Amino acid sequence: MLKYTVKRVLLAVVTVFIISAITFFAMNAIPGGPFAKEKAPDPAVQAALEARFNLDKPVHQQFFIYLRNLLHGDFGVSLKTGRDISQIISEKFAVSAKLGGMAALWAVVLGLILGSVAALCRNRWPDRLIIFLTTLFVSVPSFILATILLLVFALTLKWVGVFDANNPNYVLPVISLMLYPMSYITRLTKSSMLDVLGQDYIRTARAKGVRDSLVIFKHALRNALIPVITYVGPMVAYILTGSMVVETVFTIGGLGTEFVRSINNQDYPLIMATTIFLAVLMVIATLLSDLVYKLVDPRITFD
Amino acid sequence: MNEPLLQVKNLCTSFNVDSGEVRAVNGISFNLDKGKVLGIVGESGSGKSVTAYSIMRILVEPGRITGGQILFNGEDIVKYSEKQMRQFRGKRVSIIFQDPMTSLNPVYTIGNQLREAILLHTDRNREQANARAMEMLQLVGVNEPEKRLKQYPHELSGGMRQRVMIAMALACEPDILIADEPTTALDVTIQAQILELMQSLQKKMGMAIIMITHDLGVIADMCDEIIVMYAGRICERGTADEIFYNPRHEYTKGLLRSIPRLETGHARLIPIAGSPVDLTNMPKGCAFASRCDNCMKICLSEQPEELDINDFHKASCWMNVKQVYDEAAAEKEAESK
Amino acid sequence: MTYNADKLPKKNLLSLQIDVSKFEKASDAEKAQHETMRESTTFFRDGMRKLRRNPLAMISLVVLICLVLTIVIVPMFYPYSYEQMITVNGKRDKTAKNLAPFTYSKNEQKAIDEGQKIFPHIFGTDELCRDYFIRVLYGARVSLAVGLFASLIVLVIGLLYGSISGYFGGKVDMVMMRIVDIIYSLPDTLMVVLLSVVMNQVLGNALKGSIVSKIGPNMISLFVVFGVLYWVGMARLVRGQILSIKNNEYVLAARAMGAKPGRIIRKHILPNCMSVIIISVALQIPSAIFTESFLSFIGLGVQAPMPSLGSLANAARGGMQSYPYKMVFPAVIICLIVLSFNLLGDGLRDAFDPKLRR
Repeated sequence: MLKYTVKRVLLAVVTVFIISAITFFAMNAIPGGPFAKEKAPDPAVQAALEARFNLDKPVHQQFFIYLRNLLHGDFGVSLKTGRDISQIISEKFAVSAKLGGMAALWAVVLGLILGSVAALCRNRWPDRLIIFLTTLFVSVPSFILATILLLVFALTLKWVGVFDANNPNYVLPVISLMLYPMSYITRLTKSSMLDVLGQDYIRTARAKGVRDSLVIFKHALRNALIPVITYVGPMVAYILTGSMVVETVFTIGGLGTEFVRSINNQDYPLIMATTIFLAVLMVIATLLSDLVYKLVDPRITFD
Repeated sequence: MNEPLLQVKNLCTSFNVDSGEVRAVNGISFNLDKGKVLGIVGESGSGKSVTAYSIMRILVEPGRITGGQILFNGEDIVKYSEKQMRQFRGKRVSIIFQDPMTSLNPVYTIGNQLREAILLHTDRNREQANARAMEMLQLVGVNEPEKRLKQYPHELSGGMRQRVMIAMALACEPDILIADEPTTALDVTIQAQILELMQSLQKKMGMAIIMITHDLGVIADMCDEIIVMYAGRICERGTADEIFYNPRHEYTKGLLRSIPRLETGHARLIPIAGSPVDLTNMPKGCAFASRCDNCMKICLSEQPEELDINDFHKASCWMNVKQVYDEAAAEKEAESK
Repeated sequence: MTYNADKLPKKNLLSLQIDVSKFEKASDAEKAQHETMRESTTFFRDGMRKLRRNPLAMISLVVLICLVLTIVIVPMFYPYSYEQMITVNGKRDKTAKNLAPFTYSKNEQKAIDEGQKIFPHIFGTDELCRDYFIRVLYGARVSLAVGLFASLIVLVIGLLYGSISGYFGGKVDMVMMRIVDIIYSLPDTLMVVLLSVVMNQVLGNALKGSIVSKIGPNMISLFVVFGVLYWVGMARLVRGQILSIKNNEYVLAARAMGAKPGRIIRKHILPNCMSVIIISVALQIPSAIFTESFLSFIGLGVQAPMPSLGSLANAARGGMQSYPYKMVFPAVIICLIVLSFNLLGDGLRDAFDPKLRR
């Protein structure tokens, strides 16, 4: 296990390094980008940039200086506002984390329940209904879904309050963000549950005289959960990118909105820092879900 | 004579699939007495396993028992409620499966799974159940039982796992143990060990065994009675000696020709030509007819009935009728002369 | 069925009046006739039969075919253009702004009153006085083309890379797969956004005036990103398929009988991984359409005035309360396309994926 963990952590570190490199050098390639000397948006900002990024040095040295600064929590300053980016990220991410955390929790809980129900009622109406709805949910782009929810439930029917900073109502944003991963988990749980229910050890349990409910909860569910764990990494990635859409639609001042705004403003240091920050989160989530996967499934040998 | 422990009467089990109704078991009847060993032989798809699952009532969708009775001590378990059935499974009748590699739940320890069976059917508390589990492991010849209880199935070899399965099946001292091809997935050397173990356990604990296999050699010296199945029907039954030395059904003869024997020396093994019939579309007459070397016209149109060969032997083959008929005709001729 | 033979003394058998001729040996022909043979089907035919029985997949297929026919044929004779304002009597009609479906502007109404025939605006018009129906049609064209083309890129690169890696195995495979592992671990959507931002700037200048500039640097960068990032899933799939098939007994048997590698690939490997690859492509298309609409949303989509379903829906968000239909039309079509591909892909998988067959 230790060996695997070390290997996996190393891969994650390499990935983060590669992402940082891609991000940095890509940004460097932009003509008129943040590091082009001739296009100074503002002499003060330009001076700050020069000082921070040591623009007189060769590009690869600049990259390592940038990396070192990142490790010290120094993400640079925003081109537009001149604010410290690490401050922006820590402030905005608190909002995004709350939204994303709730969405992830609901997605997992509802997905597992619906998936199990669908598997147990196979080919009967609950199964068909659940599969129909989840197929529908994965077929609607998130911004359209969010907009429709906003239009119907908040603006037309007025069942739910519109999100505003003083009186944040997370119901619709969480639903918009949750439906896709929930549908995915539902389908994953269903197929994995059906797979497990066909296994020989389920027959063994039934032959022992174990009651059906216990066969499902003790013998099937735990095995069926294992593939779902591997989805946690991709789910975090989905929720982080999805929050860009949902936050913008509901005008929630989170990191997602900030990222979209930075793209439209061509605020390159902010794009760069946010990209690296989000990527690191995604890599960590994948790493954790991989490690937990190995822990939960005793069959896997640690080579 | 006492009532048999288990009486299967005209059992029919079908699977409804896309292409129609598959009659996996098509009206079979047999009895099993206390402490006896019954062998069921047949090739893949002949309905052996389905018979076993029907007795345990652990058929999975879309399989179901469509007719007949299964009497255990005179009570029809086909009519049992699911709750009664739970007390029946594992307690009165236990089963071990073909593939020990997949028959144990990978995410629970051996101890957990053994205890589960014991706690379900006896009044023992956790500690007593643990002691019983250890005792059972010792009984089936698993070394270091204490350590094994804490291990996961994947840490054990195939033979060990099958021993665990046997321990689990016998933990509640069932009256009948069904062994569904218990050695097929194992190495030849392990096969012999497991069979020996089952025989010795049978002597010690006195349960009846239904031994299901496609390998006649496996059950030769173990069974009191052997049933040969083909296409969901019983084609021949009798004592092991009768079946082996006096086979009276063309299919049994074919089976016997296809197993290697020492006394035949280097003679070539003769396979049975063709493949099993389509169970969704059973032909008229004898199901084996199209693969039979001695097939007669009547075999194609009428189903043969079961005929007593002697007190210990019955077979359903028109050849026997023909033989009787020929003999009688010859006798008559002799009389008239 | 079974009757007790005890009750039937042997000699009584003669009284059963059994026709002696029935005991004659049956001929092979009679035996062959006896058993109604199972209808033999090929893998493909069996799969098609299953697919035809799947109503959702068939409906999806019909919907997709109708959609494709509509977006190909209708623009040929449709009187309005997706990029130009509506004109009445050769003059730009500035009153035709934000019309509701099937309504006419003041100028058009006047023209109709004068006896002219004017083709109705089926979906109304947008805020730049352009016919919305044709814009949605073009949007669907662009979105579908993006989906198909991106999937094609993924297919070609993935197929080549995966089959080379899988077929040669050994060290080549190891190195190639480590590269795949690393690309696989990159968060794709983020990288798409990042690369789009960069390529948008880099390509924007380089492409000016060339033919591809009409598609816009964003689309080019989307394709490049697909070509760089998204093929790894396909490559893994193809490699896995080839590896598992390569070691199958029937391939070993073919090899043992002296079949050449070309024949093995053609006869054994390709037909067996074809179904899995087709399914994966069918499911890749909606994911590419999704990515495009996501990029449109954050302002990195197709170049105006070229519409895509994503950019139309996104543009409609502004006036959503006043003109909800502008949101509804592209949204419904995008969902219809994605849903159809998803259902069709699921249907194909159920019908053709050998792993699901028991």
